[in-house]
Amino acid sequence: MLPQLLASGLSVGSIYALIALAMVLLYKTSEVPNFAQGDMGMVCAFAAYAFLTTHSLPFGWALVAMLAIALLIGVVFEFLFIRRAKEPTILNLIIMTLGFQLMLFGFAGWTWGADQRSFPFPISDIDAVHLGPVVVSQLNLFTIITALVLMGALFAFFRFTKLGVAMKATQQNPMAARINGIRTKRILAATFGISSVIGAVAAMLVAPITTLDPTLMWDPLLKGFAAAVLGGMTSLPGAALGGYLLGIIENLFGAYVSLEFKSVVAFLLIVIVLWFRPSGLFARHYVRKV
Amino acid sequence: MDMKRDYYEDVQFLKEPVQKVWFVVLILALAVLPVFVQNYTVYVVNYLAINVMVALGMNIVVGYTGQVSLGHAGFVAIGAYGTVLLMTELAVPFPLALLLAAFIAAGFGFLLGLPALRLEGPYLAIATLGFGLAVTQIIGRWSLFGGRMGLLVPDMGVGSWTLSGDKEIYYVIITTTVVLGLGARTLMKSRVGRAFQAIRDSDIAAETLGINLAYYKTLSFAVSAFYAGMAGGLFAFVLGFINPDQFTFILSILFLAMVVVGGLGSTLGSVLGGITVAYLSLRMEVIQELPLLGPVLEMISEEFLTVSGLPNVGWVFMGLVLILVVVFEPLGLYGLWLRTKKYWKTWPF
Repeated sequence: MLPQLLASGLSVGSIYALIALAMVLLYKTSEVPNFAQGDMGMVCAFAAYAFLTTHSLPFGWALVAMLAIALLIGVVFEFLFIRRAKEPTILNLIIMTLGFQLMLFGFAGWTWGADQRSFPFPISDIDAVHLGPVVVSQLNLFTIITALVLMGALFAFFRFTKLGVAMKATQQNPMAARINGIRTKRILAATFGISSVIGAVAAMLVAPITTLDPTLMWDPLLKGFAAAVLGGMTSLPGAALGGYLLGIIENLFGAYVSLEFKSVVAFLLIVIVLWFRPSGLFARHYVRKV
Repeated sequence: MDMKRDYYEDVQFLKEPVQKVWFVVLILALAVLPVFVQNYTVYVVNYLAINVMVALGMNIVVGYTGQVSLGHAGFVAIGAYGTVLLMTELAVPFPLALLLAAFIAAGFGFLLGLPALRLEGPYLAIATLGFGLAVTQIIGRWSLFGGRMGLLVPDMGVGSWTLSGDKEIYYVIITTTVVLGLGARTLMKSRVGRAFQAIRDSDIAAETLGINLAYYKTLSFAVSAFYAGMAGGLFAFVLGFINPDQFTFILSILFLAMVVVGGLGSTLGSVLGGITVAYLSLRMEVIQELPLLGPVLEMISEEFLTVSGLPNVGWVFMGLVLILVVVFEPLGLYGLWLRTKKYWKTWPF
């Protein structure tokens, strides 16, 4: 029973971890807690759905098209909106992302209506794989592997590519990065694009386990955000660990304590964690000077 | 803009005779309104007044104290359910039930204020957001609260003397709104309000001046929650039926939108913002009935998108308004009003 719960918790946790990674990536570079992250992914999932059903593209091409759209949405959001705000405060930025979230939510509702659809995903949710004592559905296994691959890719990106290093430099000190010839605004746009792509992958993994409708990503977004906060908004490994931790704890709570209040436990957890460690589990506490 | 030269000039409510006349006219207009208009209009005015109350409370915590809250729908829900349950289960008379429920909401506001002592920015946003969601989740799962099915709201009243219908409850709602509005304005000009603003501008500096951060931050959340609870209690009577789906995360965003559109840190602004945003969100649901724009949108929907999803276009519009306000006029409608006033100040020269 317990290994089984851990495995399914790990699968849900992978999704949370991806969303948390996307949010932390963006937060580190731009200090924007992106509330639109979920709905950016949701629109991408809908786009993939449209490619698959109405245009009947093969899955691979639909996937590529969806990732391109995700990249575009992220960059456009930064370029059209975030960049136009003059010296925005944190509150202003939060409000802009909430505004964009409403726009995407409305757009999806307008375009595809409120009907619940099922997302045609080539990997089955029912066929299972036996890994020793644990039985995992193919989809769950795929989710876990995808998340790990993406995390590895992200690590390599920051370690070995020029853009990744420039991004890290911008995170650490935007002014110094500018002096060294890094176009920090473009870096910011690129960060928005990359985090949007990660969010879109997460949305695509969420879509087959629920039904596709405009509220698809609300719950995962909030859990992902909670995971990011749990790990500390400024630590990428922290975000990933926070996601897995949240997924597992949530699953265990659902099985052993109360299935009814399963979705509330995430917030209870972060309130408790933040009470003891105000900057999350894995981030150093930042002491502000006047 | 006239300069304020001393303290009494700052706390004075209506400075010029013209303002006094306009204030009296406003009160009189509100008093006679139900006589001249239809029931539906009164319902709309009630709805707007409720939203203004929440916006006033929201402004205290977001605009004046500078804390983020994405959980105010939770306080409204607590106010609504509290009032109804106190009246039906414990047979508490209406005014007392409303006040008690508002104080219960304030108690929860105090609790939510506790994390605000240590958290800021996104951390506080997620904590308040989690609170708002937890409230509706718990209400939705608990049979005492009617679960997903919701609760039927009894008539407003004391003993055998009851008020029913939009026109009768109108006076209760409008009186409460005006009282709460004046209360918010007075509070902000008092020692407490100035402490809030000092915390917003720099909490460390405020602390060195001897402002007790723990006390004033939690107080700010509690007062704000009191306003939301009061609004929620009255909202229940406007709706006539409450269920958890009416107090979603989107509603919290709308409340935040009200203070942002109206102008952060201005009581007049939150009144304007509350009216504007609430009216827009009410109208958006029937956008196809608009002249000119409606048919065009309907045509576009039929051609490319879905007609059944057309009401959602309101969200697109609302989101765009939020972003544009932040980009072009961070002070909101109140800033616009200030600029207009300044522009015409020396008219006709």
